[in-house]
Amino acid sequence: MGNLFDRLRGRRDRAKSGHVARERLRLILVHDRTNLSEEQLAQLRDEMIELISKYVDVDRDNVEISVERHQTENWLVANIPLRIDRARRG
Amino acid sequence: MSARVITITSGKGGVGKTTATANIGVALAALGHRVACIDADIGLRNLDVVMGLENRIVYDLVDVVEGRCKLRQAMIKDKRLPELYLIPAAQTRDKTAVSPTDMVRITDKLREDFDFILIDSPAGIERGFRNAVAPADEVVIITNPEVSAVRDADRIIGLIEAEEKGPAMLIINRVKPEMVRRGEMLTVDDVVDVLAIKLLGIVPEDEAVLTSSNRGTPAAMDEHSKAGQAFRNIGRRLTGEDVPFMSLDGGGSILQRFFRMIGGS
Repeated sequence: MGNLFDRLRGRRDRAKSGHVARERLRLILVHDRTNLSEEQLAQLRDEMIELISKYVDVDRDNVEISVERHQTENWLVANIPLRIDRARRG
Repeated sequence: MSARVITITSGKGGVGKTTATANIGVALAALGHRVACIDADIGLRNLDVVMGLENRIVYDLVDVVEGRCKLRQAMIKDKRLPELYLIPAAQTRDKTAVSPTDMVRITDKLREDFDFILIDSPAGIERGFRNAVAPADEVVIITNPEVSAVRDADRIIGLIEAEEKGPAMLIINRVKPEMVRRGEMLTVDDVVDVLAIKLLGIVPEDEAVLTSSNRGTPAAMDEHSKAGQAFRNIGRRLTGEDVPFMSLDGGGSILQRFFRMIGGS
């Protein structure tokens, strides 16, 4: 019956533990796959944001970095939301 | 004809390697294949118990390695199926009693007489894991939809790739559809997305796995068990058959299904 009640409450998927698990897993695998420490990773993130902010307005709080596996290669993937997008949507 | 050697491993303990090995062995044997299961968890033998063959052990893997018996003498025939055998682990020794070279030598001797050789790997990434993976043509990684298990599976995938054992295949074990539906469990897609290897099977949490292991009759022998069905499907996929993944969104009472329907997803 979860779905009906979820709807009545207004979905709060962000708080669901499945979502939390997904996010924690993503961060853990970034560390495991790159061997970067938490500080190094934070530094990478900050420097990347600094660089890109020179050109476009970045939504700093929602930047996501992950390491994805593609066949035998690992890709560093950064999702960098921009503020202009939000403004357009109103 | 030469057997395919398939190692079942996970990194993390307790995710269901032994259960999976027993059930896949039963599934393949029930399809008429000649199957040998090897328990490579020296010192912590368990596959015999899950298969219900513990009372018939005379010799074990270490006896073979150290020349106290012939390979055939350590092989226990499962009388319920035409061609299913177990080579049990030693209980009183440790991993160092067997080397990766020993494992390659033993599986090479078996290859001519079998279609599948399944190796139940111990947990961890040390000697026991190396022993289990050394002779493998293919590797099946088993995980649960939990952060810790998926993390360990990721590490194992890296090690398998480094050993050039070909692309590993994934079984996600103990999925609870009801929890997934409520958003309280990693989904199959979440796990497949991060691990990025071929999905071999999805096994739902099922009490029959425990009751069947109580009795020593793997769930794959129980035609009413959902997990048993999932393992039989895995067996068929391993032989190259294209079997659709079981739908796990069912279940629940009629009332629950009704609410789900008006819930809209």
